[in-house]
Amino acid sequence: MTWFETLRTAGDAVRAHRLRSLLTMLGIVIGISSVVLTVGLGLGAQDKVRDQIDALGSNLLIVSPGSSTGTGGVRGGFGSSSMLTLADAEAIADKAVAPDVARVAPTTSTTTSLAAGTTNWTSRLVGTTTTWEQVRSRTLASGRFFTADELTTGADVVVLGPDTSNELFSFGSPVGQTVTVNGASLTVIGVLEASGATTEDSNEDDLAVVPITTAQRLGGSTSIAIATMYVEATSADTLSAAYQEVNAALLTAHDVTGEEADFSIATQDALLETANSTNRTMTILLAGIAAISLLVGGIGVMNIMLVSVTERIREIGLRKALGATPSAIRRQFLIEASLLGVFGGVIGVSIGVVGTVVLPDLIDQPVSISAPAIAAALLVALGLGVGFGVYPASRAARLTPIDALRSE
Amino acid sequence: MKAHGADARPILDLTGVRKTYSTGAVAVEALRGIDVQINAGEYVAIIGPSGSGKSTLMHILGCLDVPTEGRYELAGRDVSDLDEAELAAIRNREIGFVFQQFNLLADMTALRNVALPLVYAGVPGHERERRARQALERVGLGDRADHRPGELSGGQQQRVAVARALVTEPAMILADEPTGNLDSVSTDDVLGLFAELHEAGRTIVLITHDHEVAEQAERVLTIRDGEISEAVVVP
Ligand SMILES: Nc1ncnc2c1ncn2[C@@H]1O[C@H](COP(=O)(O)OP(=O)(O)OP(=O)(O)O)[C@@H](O)[C@H]1O
Ligand SMILES: [Mg+2]
Repeated sequence: MTWFETLRTAGDAVRAHRLRSLLTMLGIVIGISSVVLTVGLGLGAQDKVRDQIDALGSNLLIVSPGSSTGTGGVRGGFGSSSMLTLADAEAIADKAVAPDVARVAPTTSTTTSLAAGTTNWTSRLVGTTTTWEQVRSRTLASGRFFTADELTTGADVVVLGPDTSNELFSFGSPVGQTVTVNGASLTVIGVLEASGATTEDSNEDDLAVVPITTAQRLGGSTSIAIATMYVEATSADTLSAAYQEVNAALLTAHDVTGEEADFSIATQDALLETANSTNRTMTILLAGIAAISLLVGGIGVMNIMLVSVTERIREIGLRKALGATPSAIRRQFLIEASLLGVFGGVIGVSIGVVGTVVLPDLIDQPVSISAPAIAAALLVALGLGVGFGVYPASRAARLTPIDALRSE
Repeated sequence: MKAHGADARPILDLTGVRKTYSTGAVAVEALRGIDVQINAGEYVAIIGPSGSGKSTLMHILGCLDVPTEGRYELAGRDVSDLDEAELAAIRNREIGFVFQQFNLLADMTALRNVALPLVYAGVPGHERERRARQALERVGLGDRADHRPGELSGGQQQRVAVARALVTEPAMILADEPTGNLDSVSTDDVLGLFAELHEAGRTIVLITHDHEVAEQAERVLTIRDGEISEAVVVP
């Protein structure tokens, strides 16, 4: 019996019980489509995080107050001593101390209410220095960034993020207008270009940037803490040298040893790694659940194939009486199970792909289509069909023709 | 051609064949020592009451089942030496079966039902179709090739089954109560076909409990309680 003939026989059997075949495939369909979707979600989230971290700037070191234990984990700080100051920023910016550091941008960050006329909007007030614009690779959509003079004098000027500008001035041009913060009137001198890297918890396009001196005055204290210091290395090659220099400079400035460091320095790669490791855990967890549903789907195929063998015992007997060898019968049922697996896999992949196209619009999360994941899913579906078809098929093959023919 | 000459070699040769079914504690002796030779080209009827072991005998003759004891030689080969695949090949090429229940596959057209043994014989598709069509024409159903069994009368279904039995050109046709479910007209049709096949030189073994049907054969064997006895040869 040729393979083509076997395939045709198996196809006929699948078609003869259309509804049952469909229900049998359901488990595999659900399993495969959820694998495609969860892997797509995981990859989408990773891409998004990478975009966000890339959007921070390039060749960056991110210095935060508080000691660290390896990547990510933060030990409790030492009260007021675990602070970063403007003096620290100046020390790092010193070419003699850290020759591989190109620029330093210390930033403070507070949540404040902004007002323009009768419109109120709560946003992030970022105090920083003139270097922020380059360090964070931001450009201006209109107007200008503040100058060194304005930084020294603590001028009442503000650069708005595009979202903030839209909220306060409803898409009009805000440059030259006034924004009130904590009773002080700030003149809008510029609006930032959208960064494109925006999440619910950190919107890089909804912020108001002011000179750090102004931020400290508005905050009512000169010692307002520096939340993050962005340090740009001269190039990608000098990033690790810059890391060592910044570390040494801060240890000296704070007069502490490496073990009692009251700050932590992270690279973009390290941030990416931290973010991805949580992501990966989630993806693996979800994919695990999907894999279990695939297993259940496979058992469903086996169950139906066993029922089908019992139900078609006369047909098997007849085929054997007409000259079917045990291996021909085994092949027929094995191919039937594989067809169920492959059809289920194809339908599952189609649903998964449609899902990856539709889902981003529904849940505001990017979903990637991964060709290797799809290929693997199809292979797994085929494997499930074959794997769970082996037992029913060999049961069918082992039936003696007479037992099969006699049964009513 | 009549196969009663001195040089006739038995195509079927049973010596001391016994078949015991053990269902739990009870053992049923369906066949108790059958000695029978059937020569190539003979038309033999086996007649006996219900439960006498007719079907059991036919299953053994057709290599669908194996004897518990005794020796069965088919065309000179001891069947007990053959494995499942070899038995399948014998059933496929040397034997054509006709059953009381027709045993056609309901999802397939008459043509595909008839072609089924050729599938397992490895005959290519177009050749299969040609031969299946020929066989259907031979049983007078050339115009029903594309009908499914459900669309045919009982007599027509049995003729399709006969076409399926002869499509591989087997040396021997084994029929178990082929007319058991048919009226007298259809019975005559089917018996007419058997007579033609016999004329063409095929060995035919026909199992029945109907004396009128048995009279069509040249030789009648009577089976009773698993033991066989030769009846008077019909003139
Ligand atoms: N699989 C089996 N298990 C146990 N006993 C069986 C089995 N098959 C047949 N028998 C017994 O063997 C005996 C012969 O059965 P068989 O089917 O050969 O009779 P038969 O002559 O064909 O009868 P009928 O004319 O009713 O078809 C019966 O007593 C039957 O009960
Ligand atoms: Mg019977």
